[in-house]
Amino acid sequence: MSKFKKKANTKQEIPTSALPDIIFMLLFFFMVTTVLREVTINVKQRIPEASQLRKLERKSLVSYLYVGEPKKTDQWGSEPRIQANDVFIEPSDIVLWVTQEKDKLDEVERDQLTIAMKVDEDVKRGLISDIELQLRKANARKLLYTTLQEVEE
Amino acid sequence: MARNKNREDPQINSSSMADIAFLLLIFFLVTTTIANDRGLFIPLPPDPDQMEDIDIKIPERNLFKIQINSADKLLVEGEPLQDVNEIRPMIKEFVLNNGRDPESSDSPEKAIVSLKTDRGTTQQKFIQVLDEIQGAYYDMYADRAGVTNKRWRELVDDLKDPENKRLYDIGRGVGEGEDGKVAFPMQISIAEPTKIGG
Repeated sequence: MSKFKKKANTKQEIPTSALPDIIFMLLFFFMVTTVLREVTINVKQRIPEASQLRKLERKSLVSYLYVGEPKKTDQWGSEPRIQANDVFIEPSDIVLWVTQEKDKLDEVERDQLTIAMKVDEDVKRGLISDIELQLRKANARKLLYTTLQEVEE
Repeated sequence: MARNKNREDPQINSSSMADIAFLLLIFFLVTTTIANDRGLFIPLPPDPDQMEDIDIKIPERNLFKIQINSADKLLVEGEPLQDVNEIRPMIKEFVLNNGRDPESSDSPEKAIVSLKTDRGTTQQKFIQVLDEIQGAYYDMYADRAGVTNKRWRELVDDLKDPENKRLYDIGRGVGEGEDGKVAFPMQISIAEPTKIGG
């Protein structure tokens, strides 16, 4: 019977001394790959999907416009609004806004300003084309519709 | 010089290090968003007030008309279309016609894709159609340059690299068109939307 009673002499514990290092590596990964959000977005954002995406080259040359139904509908109504930085603006204010954004850039780079529009799926083309017209007037003619990557079959 | 022999072990207890790191990790996970700066690029035409009002006659055959109404229904070259994905092969056929079919385009240089929406069309439908049009062009460019569609889109955004620039020039046919223009331009005309109901 004695041969059945033999016990393995190996240790049962998993060494956990490397755990902090693993967690630190994860931590550094997230610290490097993420950007702190600059503005609070006050409009609903369900970004449409597309497959033919292109990347923005230089983040410093990009200004963002958020378009969608306000999150606080009781305060702002349910009509889609345009958010620039932290405030809601009207299409007629866009020329002024573009001028302000251009002033933030170096003089040589002003014509390279790109507008990235984050538009909710359900916003109608009417509003968007009004914005486009104002952007043309303001001579900010590089436009990017932010979309998500469609999952390809 | 005599020292107390019963002094404590000088090691710092590091068992809570993992917990501290976890807390930091969770903080970063919650407060950050992975930047999403990709999308569909479109160049806008100049200010309409400063453009000269000249009536340029474009032959019907060189126009590929896509219309979307306020109910998100498609009309492509005068025929209703259900499936958005059908647009892509149609555009390729239209652009690469090179004058064979008298109803279709003369040459890639002259071909124009016109996209007209209604004020009530949703942005989602617009993006879907624009995606198909641009996809068709990127496919054709990639074919000419002998790369994949994905590679083409990457190289377009990084033209500082001479190899990328070379492939780009091949794909777009830079300097091969009339008067040294681009032989294979991407001409997408996005017309002013019609009023609701159109």
